[in-house]
Amino acid sequence: MSQPRAVITGIGVVAPSGVGADAHWKSVLDGSSKLAPITRFDASGYPVSLAGEVADFDPDEYVTPRLKVATDRWTWHGFAATQEALDDSGVDLSAMDPYDTAVALASSSGGNEFGQGELQSLWAEPDGAVSVYQSIAWFYAASVGQISILHQLKGQCSVLVAESAGGLDSFAQATRTVRRGTKVVLAGGTEGPLSPYALTCQLATRRLATGTDPDTAYQPFAAGAAGYVAAEGGAVLLVEDLDHARERGAVIHGEVLGWGATHDGRASRPGDGGDTGQVARAMRVALERAGRQASDVDVVFPDALGVPECDRVEAEAIRSVFGDDVRVTTQKGRLGRMYQGGAAVDVATALQAMRYDTLPATPGLTEPAPGCELNFVTEPTTQRTSLALINARGFDGYNTALVVGRYEEES
Amino acid sequence: MNHRRVVVTGVGVVAPGGVTREGFWSTLTAGRTATRKITFFDATKFRSRVAAEADFDPVAAGLTAQEIRRADRYVQFGLACAAEALADSGLELDEKTLDNTGVVMGSAVGGTMALEDEYVAVSNTGKNWLVDHTYAGPFLYQALVPSSLSADIAHRYGTHGPTQVVSTGCTSGIDAIGYAWHLVQDGEADVIIAGASDSPISPVTVSSFDAIKATTPENDDPEHASRPFDATRKGFVMGEGGAVLILEELSHALARDAKIYCEVTGYASRSNGFHMTGLRPDGLEMAEAIRVSLDQGRTNPSDVDYICAHGSGTKQNDRHETAAFKKALGDHAYRTPVSSIKSMVGHSLGAIGAIEMAACALTIDRNTIAPTANWANRDPECDLDYTPNTAREADVDVALSVGSGFGGFQSAMVFSRLKEAS
Repeated sequence: MSQPRAVITGIGVVAPSGVGADAHWKSVLDGSSKLAPITRFDASGYPVSLAGEVADFDPDEYVTPRLKVATDRWTWHGFAATQEALDDSGVDLSAMDPYDTAVALASSSGGNEFGQGELQSLWAEPDGAVSVYQSIAWFYAASVGQISILHQLKGQCSVLVAESAGGLDSFAQATRTVRRGTKVVLAGGTEGPLSPYALTCQLATRRLATGTDPDTAYQPFAAGAAGYVAAEGGAVLLVEDLDHARERGAVIHGEVLGWGATHDGRASRPGDGGDTGQVARAMRVALERAGRQASDVDVVFPDALGVPECDRVEAEAIRSVFGDDVRVTTQKGRLGRMYQGGAAVDVATALQAMRYDTLPATPGLTEPAPGCELNFVTEPTTQRTSLALINARGFDGYNTALVVGRYEEES
Repeated sequence: MNHRRVVVTGVGVVAPGGVTREGFWSTLTAGRTATRKITFFDATKFRSRVAAEADFDPVAAGLTAQEIRRADRYVQFGLACAAEALADSGLELDEKTLDNTGVVMGSAVGGTMALEDEYVAVSNTGKNWLVDHTYAGPFLYQALVPSSLSADIAHRYGTHGPTQVVSTGCTSGIDAIGYAWHLVQDGEADVIIAGASDSPISPVTVSSFDAIKATTPENDDPEHASRPFDATRKGFVMGEGGAVLILEELSHALARDAKIYCEVTGYASRSNGFHMTGLRPDGLEMAEAIRVSLDQGRTNPSDVDYICAHGSGTKQNDRHETAAFKKALGDHAYRTPVSSIKSMVGHSLGAIGAIEMAACALTIDRNTIAPTANWANRDPECDLDYTPNTAREADVDVALSVGSGFGGFQSAMVFSRLKEAS
């Protein structure tokens, strides 16, 4: 008996590009920068002034007052992205055995804004203490726990924290879970890296861009690349057992075909962009597991860190697997780096590209840096798109590649 | 679907009371408690002021000066556990095996100890919301992201296989080993350095559990503060530590004639969909996790020889899991020795699940069951055999361990003595 196939039937995006898959796709095609001066706090004392915030997000649309006080903004985005994905999928969870449903999300750093507030409550006064919600709002499993409770998802749940690569690992884990018999698994992740203390932590890597122009601050692969701009938000998608999806007549956005995860096995250091061979191996393993050739791939969504040495390593790895011709596109320069959430957003973008047979552009990339030459999509391009490879690299040394394809009856 | 078989070939432990595998085993088999008054900081203002602290010396554990500078305490535990487990396994990591060797560790709260220390400096003791980044240390990002735990182990050994940190609160340890088990089963790796680590004994975490009254308020007699399943228990006692198991594909282990502690024959996690911290007394979801994990290895409930309990020492937990054992094992639950090693080494959050799996591997290897220390008074609702106070020799071929955590997660894992290796 062949193993169950895992397809994606729901897309929920809550990102600087907008709330909902349609708003996201419109932003991505439009290509204008969603980076802007930080409004979550007064950032004038920090060397970084820009971020990708989820503008016009009203948590009350998605989160009850009782839950809102007990959770961080990162979890609110998780609730919202989950709701969007479930609505999009049309699945009726109440008609299912709760053990057949699960949630596997990634998170880099948990409930930062909430946690900083609690640290302040504890430390600012001699008799200070944290609130009753600190123990359930700050830790990395908060979003998955809350989402599983809210939607009664009682199957195998997972929380993966492999820095930015975990956003793709969650799709692999959701697929493993489906292959072991669970019917639906939410995958992806959101992030909330925009509090003063969380920003301070990120500054320590010296990889954040300090530019102030939203169009040029974060330019992965470009000659002017000088680091990345952090962003909040992400995406949650519904991964579903194919038979289950077909029985209920679901719209199938695509299929999770394969993945590969490797590690550089050495620490990231300034000037060292990682292990080209291991970045490439993640992609090769993903293709092999998918049963596809490099030449079958229509588009690659790179990790696109925007740190020159890392971009060079990734570009070289992509060329070594695909040659010079494969189409490559990234919107991270205009949306910011959502860490785990960003990889999940790229999965959403890839599925939309297949749906509309259109490759979104990499806005503003006119002059690739030496060593970063790839066949970048510079204008939105109508093109039959059936197979995409997405890369995500995590600090420090994590590499994951995921292959998603248009759903075909014969696999 | 035919999965590959996976065995445990190495064990490394850092635990309070004994910071090596053998030190840990000696603590357990002596029934010695490692709980004491908190010494890491002045805990006067807190409700719970006892903890199980590890007397860990990173230099003695073989860490380099740079690892010690870079890595938060929980990562140092992880490095020490990995070194001990790898040495125990006798595995030679060469160029050929490194690509197929992964690292999967669990942690509930990651680098909160370093994060809090640095927070105090950059916020000037909580005075400023807009913290001063110029006072931050160079490795602060490593503290923010718990991915550092597995990354640092991968860096040390140059492993290139799948690498992950699993963070499902207090079930992180079991879930990380379960994740690793799946990877080896599916052929994604041949060897995984798998385990968990946590060092939560810092003011913010102590305050967090104070706030919800989960930890014990009894501070006068630290050695007897952790009393799982005893009618007079008052809450859990926080601990710290880590454990690493070397998970290896069976034929890979056989080919190199490795010592095999046991086989991983089952793992499942279920969520209660009920409450982030509350448990319904029926233990339904934990029972389901146990049922599924036994079923995977075609293990009859009556074959279970030992249960390594979550046994945190909160009233709701002890009753919840006692009900779960009865539901999953039926009458056999009454005949099965159960124990909580948290009575001795405390509750090290995400780490303890891996430490308990290390205990299960040693239990099968050495046919000795660790006791529940500090047990004196029967709770009418906890009426199983909790192996009170004294270790017991017994043939243990199948050990079941469970974990229960915030978020509603209930996990179960089964280790079995290796039967025919075909």
